[in-house]
Amino acid sequence: MFEWLSHMENTKPLALVIFFVTFVGILLYVFSGRKRAERLESYKNIPFLDDEEGASDRAGKVADKDQDNG
Amino acid sequence: MAQGAVAADTQYDYDIVKKFAIMALVWGVLGMTAGTYIASELAFPFLNFDIAQITFGRLRPGHTTMVIFGFGGNALFATSYYVVQRTCQARLWGSGLANFTFWGWQAALVIGVLGYMNGITDGKEYAEFPWYVDILITLVWVAYFVVYVQTLRRRSQPHIYVANWFYLAFILATAILHIFRNLAVPVGLFHPESYSLYAGVQDAMVQWWYGHNAVGFFLTAAFLGMMYYFVPKQAGRPIYSYRLSIIHFWALSFMYMWVGGHHLHWTALPDWTSSLAAAFSILLLMPSWGGMINGIMTLSGAWEKLRTDPIMLFLITALSFYGMSTFEGPMMSLKSVNALSHYTDWTVGHVHSGALGWVAMITFGSFYHLIPRLWETRLWSTRLVYVHFWLATIGIVLYIAAMWVSGIGQGLMLRAFDDYGNLAYTFIESVQFMHWPLVVRALGGAFFVSGILLMCFNVYMTVRTAKQEQAALEGKIAAKVAQAGA
Repeated sequence: MFEWLSHMENTKPLALVIFFVTFVGILLYVFSGRKRAERLESYKNIPFLDDEEGASDRAGKVADKDQDNG
Repeated sequence: MAQGAVAADTQYDYDIVKKFAIMALVWGVLGMTAGTYIASELAFPFLNFDIAQITFGRLRPGHTTMVIFGFGGNALFATSYYVVQRTCQARLWGSGLANFTFWGWQAALVIGVLGYMNGITDGKEYAEFPWYVDILITLVWVAYFVVYVQTLRRRSQPHIYVANWFYLAFILATAILHIFRNLAVPVGLFHPESYSLYAGVQDAMVQWWYGHNAVGFFLTAAFLGMMYYFVPKQAGRPIYSYRLSIIHFWALSFMYMWVGGHHLHWTALPDWTSSLAAAFSILLLMPSWGGMINGIMTLSGAWEKLRTDPIMLFLITALSFYGMSTFEGPMMSLKSVNALSHYTDWTVGHVHSGALGWVAMITFGSFYHLIPRLWETRLWSTRLVYVHFWLATIGIVLYIAAMWVSGIGQGLMLRAFDDYGNLAYTFIESVQFMHWPLVVRALGGAFFVSGILLMCFNVYMTVRTAKQEQAALEGKIAAKVAQAGA
């Protein structure tokens, strides 16, 4: 097994297997589970959060903190 | 303007965003004008005027550098610094370091472009910068990465919005590409020349690994980051499917790195390598169209915005061109199609349907959204945005249609044989055939340049109006304070 890994030409199929399995894993993760789907889809609203009242206060506090930190 | 916007100007660092946005337009005008000029030189060679600095060979790398790294690069710095602050609801980290990225980037561009015009070049397409500029760019890029990641780390949101994933992938991939493509040993400390680490077919393969991923991560992934923020914001509704955007991101990230070999079909590159690159190019169609559909479907239920909002027209047309060029690209990567299209103007047309149709149009749309918000005002003229849109669209259509005619005709003529196996046409006959398409292409470029000039005028008037409004407001406040004091 280790000898097989030490051959440079075997890096290509190995990389293919690793990338393919990881990608299928991401697909399964993203499209399974209703609660997870709801959570992931809720992130689509992030660009609109700082349009809401109060968001500027939150960010203002962060700015104040930065200035305090120098 | 709303008080919230005034507060936003103080809680976020908008100065750096403004600087990059203005310079994007400046480089855009210079780069697109240079492009139109060299296009005219190809149609009318007398325009070279025997001046070495403005001949096609020297001005062309200047054109590509100014539009890709000048216009595109500055637009990406501007929008990424804006988007990361707005989506993290945190002020940009390291104002000094961010300013270094601005001045360092402009210096690299000026030194690079003036050098090309005077014959100083590494001769590697899109990586022509000499070694000392490469080092400066590396330093700028490390600073950019640090500023971006540190801003992400201080976010008020637990989740990092997907636009930032695309921007971060662009920053990381560009760092890898830039460093490995430019590994070289300088001839001397005071010599612009250097010896590349690669030679022969390895150099060609590294070149197109770099070249195509510059398209993939600089001109695609990063501008998708722009799309995932500005399309929902301008539409006033969230992206169609967040989960699709996640798959879009990972599929592009996994697949893009493999496809550079399709630039080297029918060469000394091993056959399996270019076949593998073609296979991955075809696979890329799926995530590309997934992303396009995700962007366009964001307008689902609000299609009337296309009739009433010219900024939305820019953004959705950009996505349409993204879809078109990501269909054309995989098709051209097929070996049989490539045998006809490669080394012809078809490739030039394909690149520009992506560069003008996708990259420039999404940038124009995003900037029309961004600039009034940066200066806390309204656009000076919406009508001029419409005029700009039509000038740009007509320009692109003229450009790519002319290049299809020129390129396919050129390809057919160069490989036509008579009954005896001799070439049916001489090279100069193919050049004569290309003359009128080249004239139309230059005309298309002129339309596009007129559009960005109008945009610059509109932006100038918008900023001027904003300053006048601000001065009037300050005057009123001062008068009220004086009255209260008396």
